[in-house]
Amino acid sequence: MIEVEGLTKYYGEQAAIRDLTFRIAPGEVVGFLGLNGAGKTTTLKILANVLLASSGSVQIDGVDVARAPHALKRRIGYLPERPPLYDEMTVGSYLRYVAELHGVPRERARHAVEAVEERTHLAGADSELLGALSHGFRQRVGVAQALVHDPAVLLLDEPGKGLDPVQIVEMRALLKSLRSSHTVLVSSHILPEIAQTCDRLLVLKDGELVAQGTEHELEQRVGGSGLVVVRVRGALAAAEAAVRGVPGVHQAAVVSADGGEVELRVEAPASLRPAIARAVVGAGLDLLKLDEGQDRLESLFLRLTRGADA
Amino acid sequence: MTAVRNVLLIAGRELRAMVGTMTGWVILTTVLALDGLLFNAYALEGVRRSADVLLRFFYFSSGTTMVAAIFVSMRLLAEERQAETLPLLYASPVQDVEIVLGKFLAALGFLAGMTLLTGYMPLLILVHGKVSVGHLAAGYLGLLLLGSASLAVGTFASALARTQIVAGILGGALLVALLLTWQLSRISEPPLASLFAALALFNLHFVPFQSGVVHLRDVAYYLLVTWVLLFAATRVVEARRWR
Repeated sequence: MIEVEGLTKYYGEQAAIRDLTFRIAPGEVVGFLGLNGAGKTTTLKILANVLLASSGSVQIDGVDVARAPHALKRRIGYLPERPPLYDEMTVGSYLRYVAELHGVPRERARHAVEAVEERTHLAGADSELLGALSHGFRQRVGVAQALVHDPAVLLLDEPGKGLDPVQIVEMRALLKSLRSSHTVLVSSHILPEIAQTCDRLLVLKDGELVAQGTEHELEQRVGGSGLVVVRVRGALAAAEAAVRGVPGVHQAAVVSADGGEVELRVEAPASLRPAIARAVVGAGLDLLKLDEGQDRLESLFLRLTRGADA
Repeated sequence: MTAVRNVLLIAGRELRAMVGTMTGWVILTTVLALDGLLFNAYALEGVRRSADVLLRFFYFSSGTTMVAAIFVSMRLLAEERQAETLPLLYASPVQDVEIVLGKFLAALGFLAGMTLLTGYMPLLILVHGKVSVGHLAAGYLGLLLLGSASLAVGTFASALARTQIVAGILGGALLVALLLTWQLSRISEPPLASLFAALALFNLHFVPFQSGVVHLRDVAYYLLVTWVLLFAATRVVEARRWR
């Protein structure tokens, strides 16, 4: 669906992105990870044809974006980092304008707006002025404008930025609902959002693609450095020995040990959880909790973007 | 067909934004009030022939039209940049020239509407004095063409600037430079003198209109200035995709 080959962008002498090459299959939801300034926004802008690349090519369905930009723009929905909203317009009139701008005939635009408002929970805000909306609603309208012409490809730059927890859950559900009907490339700093919604990750560092694959594949690549949290009832020494005895466990650090309960932070791939469970129970300990660590993806992200010392 | 549709779509939104916000109404009322005051204090001053009153009306209206054109056009592209809404247009299937033309047409429509609202003053002269409809039509054609060229100057400045204020200052400076070429022509030697005179926005080209005379040369001049500056504005908008 999307084929990017040798994409490079210079701002003066400075390379914002360098020789990016990746492919995204139809219906895939791909997460774009990287620290600030890694080149995520620049890449998304080039894919949306907002910015022109210094070299390299972007093809969508085999058609070069630079050669037939207008035909392809109808098939792309783009949410920039800051939603492009006209404060003096109402939600409904703005979405109708965006739909018509993307070639939706006037008679169908009204229906398209109703559908996207329903999908993004904006139905009650149709006559609200954009300038009077809260940050969360503005972000939602931003996603709605990217969706209103029903594009095959969605490019979303930080759709969850500044949202409260309830809005993040709604945004996550929306992204999940787009799977299979749309090809989505989404950049985000909210790692759980990426983990829960994306099929695959692309990791950028200093403008270069340093890794790509599923979360599991990336874990394997950086040396199986996933995190598992284990909580048992029993002696500390026995718990440590049982966990450390499992082949594939790199390290086990004690998080807490009081009241006869011990919590350990184990550096091991998530796939080792059954073996850890068997080892703990086999050692005569009561297994109270066995979970992937909350900061597992953060750890993976830091290792990929900062190096193995993170 | 799609191009016309896109231009009209962008122009419609822009025009609604102008009349839907305070800025548009402030410009409109200020210009109308100023024109009314000047009409009473300047055009009607002393005993004159009706044609002289009309000539004076078009003379000061040219000034208010140029100033209004800068105020109307300074927001066109600079505001999009300031509010970060330009990516919406860039990511849409519209050509850069359609963006510039849509914005310009909206501003021209607003300015034309505003100029038409001053019509009650020359109509009073027409009813109570002895002036021809042709003089009136020629004067308004001149105002429209001068306004169009001034708007194109402002649109170009708006494409270059990051903020509306900078666009306004830049547009004003460019407009003054185009007016002052007349003074340059008076202190220059030929052939530069004729070149500067031909470039001047007001003296050589607008004066015939205010007297009720239409020269094809003057019409062509204003259309050419409009075209050149809109072309330049389009190139600036295109160049932004590289940065």
